[in-house]
Amino acid sequence: MEHASPSFWNIFQKKHKVVHCEAGGSPGIEIKNLTVTYPKNTVISGLMCHFDVPSLWAIVGPNGGGKSTLLRALLGLQKPITGKVIFRGFCPCDVAYLAQQNQLDRRFPLTVGDTIAMGLFREVGIFRRYTKEQRDKMQAALEQVGLASFAKTPLQALSGGQFQRVLFARLILQDAPVIFLDEPFTGVDTRTIADLMKLVHVWVQEKRLVIAVLHDTALVNEHFPNTLLLARQFYREGPTEKVLTKANIQSMIETSQAWEAMVGEEPHG
Amino acid sequence: MVDFFISPFADYMFLRRALMACMALALGCGPVGVLLVLRRMSLMGDALSHAILPGAAIGFLIGGLSLPAMGLGGFVVGFIVASLSGVISRFTILNEDASFAGFYLISLALGVLIISTQGSQVDLMHILFGTILAVDNTSLFMVTGITTFTLCILAIIYRPLLIECFDPGFLRVIGGWGGMYHFLFLVLVALNLVAAFQALGTLMALGMMMLPAVSSRLWARHVWSLFLFSSFFAVLSGYFGLLLSYHLEWPSGPSIILIAGLIYAVSLFIAPFGALKRQQGRD
Repeated sequence: MEHASPSFWNIFQKKHKVVHCEAGGSPGIEIKNLTVTYPKNTVISGLMCHFDVPSLWAIVGPNGGGKSTLLRALLGLQKPITGKVIFRGFCPCDVAYLAQQNQLDRRFPLTVGDTIAMGLFREVGIFRRYTKEQRDKMQAALEQVGLASFAKTPLQALSGGQFQRVLFARLILQDAPVIFLDEPFTGVDTRTIADLMKLVHVWVQEKRLVIAVLHDTALVNEHFPNTLLLARQFYREGPTEKVLTKANIQSMIETSQAWEAMVGEEPHG
Repeated sequence: MVDFFISPFADYMFLRRALMACMALALGCGPVGVLLVLRRMSLMGDALSHAILPGAAIGFLIGGLSLPAMGLGGFVVGFIVASLSGVISRFTILNEDASFAGFYLISLALGVLIISTQGSQVDLMHILFGTILAVDNTSLFMVTGITTFTLCILAIIYRPLLIECFDPGFLRVIGGWGGMYHFLFLVLVALNLVAAFQALGTLMALGMMMLPAVSSRLWARHVWSLFLFSSFFAVLSGYFGLLLSYHLEWPSGPSIILIAGLIYAVSLFIAPFGALKRQQGRD
C-alpha cells in the first residue's frame, strides 16, 4: 500500500476512471468482476458484489486479503486491471471515507474544532467564514459523539478513543449518503466502540449505506446484517449468518495460509 | 548598548540592507518551514536546497554573480531534480528519500565542479556560504517579492493546504485538488530556498526554515501561532546573527544559523513543550 509520507508524485495521481455513475435503478453500489493486482500478487480477483443504499455491511478477512484495497478501488484511489464499479443514484464525491487511524499524525497542531470543520469544506470552500448555522451544526456533531466541551482541545491531548470520536464527528458533518470506514475500531476502547456503533445504526436509519472493514467477528455478528468475507480470490457475500459460517471461515484461513506460505518462500528484501 | 545593538545598522548602508533582506526572508521562511516540518518533508527540503546549486552555477556562468540569474537557474534545476527523483522512486525499488539523497549528492558535486572550473575560489565560497553583506537593490526586491508572493499564496490556500497536510486522503476523496496544493507548496519551498541562498548560501539555505520551525513546535500548539513563533525566531536569528558577524567578524551565514540553533537549544529546555517540561508532566 502506498500512503505514507506525501510524495512528489502525489501531484500526478489522479482518480482513476473506474467508477461509473448511473442515475436509474435503485440506489446502490454494483461491483462487476473486479480484479486488482499489485506487482507481486493478485489481491482481489473477479469480485462480484452488490451493496444497496441503505444498508449496513461489514468487510471481514485476513490481513492482506484485500479489504482496504477494495475500499480504495471503490474510491477510485486504486486502479483495478479489470472490472467495473457502478454507483447508482449518487456520485463518487458523495462518499465519506474514514481511513485507518494510523495514517494520521495525532500530534498535528489542530484543535478538535478545526478538525471537524474539515467535514464542511465542500460547503464553505476556501474563503468563506463559518456561519452561525454551521457552528451550531459542529457543536451538535460534537455532542452526538460525546465530546461537547472539547471544541478547543488540541488533538494531541486526546486518547485514541476520543480521537476516533472526533473523526466520526467529521463524518457527521460531511453528511454523505455513503460512508466507508476502514478499521474504525482498531485500538479503540469498548465504551467508544459501543457509542460509535450506535451512531452507525443511526446513519443506517437515516437511509445511508455504511461499509466497514472490521476484524472483530463477534462485533460483526452482533451489529452487521450483511457481510463480505474477502480473502483474495476466495470471497462470500450476503447475510452475516450465512457468510460467517465455520466452513467459510475455515476455507478463508486455508486460502490465506496458502499465500502466506508463498511469501515465506520468497527471498528476503 | 545603543553602540552595540543599533549603531552598526545606523552607520552602514550594507548592514541595513542585509538586515532588511533577513527580515523579509524570515517572514517568508517561518511559515513555509513550519509546514515543511508538519508534512514531514524536512529531508525533501534538504535535497531541494542542495539541488539548487548546479542551477545556480549555470546561472552564474551566464549572468555572473547576480541573484536573479542564479535564482532562476536554481529554481528550475531544483524542480527537475525533485521530479526526477520522484520518477526514480516510482519505477524502481528505491524509496523517495534514498533517490533524493542520490540526486542531491550528484547535483552538489556537479555544481561545485562547474563553479570551481569556471569561476574563482571566492565565487565558490560566495555561492556555498552566501553573501548577505553584498545584497544590492535587485536582490532585495527579489527577496521581498518572494516573501510577499509566499505570504499571499499561503493566505489563499491556507485552509485546503492544512487539510492536505493533516489528511491527504480526505481531501482527495472529497474531490479537492490535493495534488495542486502540494505542488504549489513545493513551488513556495523552492522559491524561499532561492531567496535564502543569497543570504545563507546553498549549504545552509534550509537552516532559516528548519531551525525556527522546529523550535516553534516546542512553544505553540496551533498552526497560526507556530507561524508567528517561527517567523519571530527567524527574525531574531537574522538580527543577532548579523550583529555577531559584525562585531566578531564572523561570516554572516553561519552566524545566523548558529543563533537559530542556539534558540532551538534553549527552547528544548525552557519551552512549554520542550524536553524538561514534558518530563515533569510525566512524573
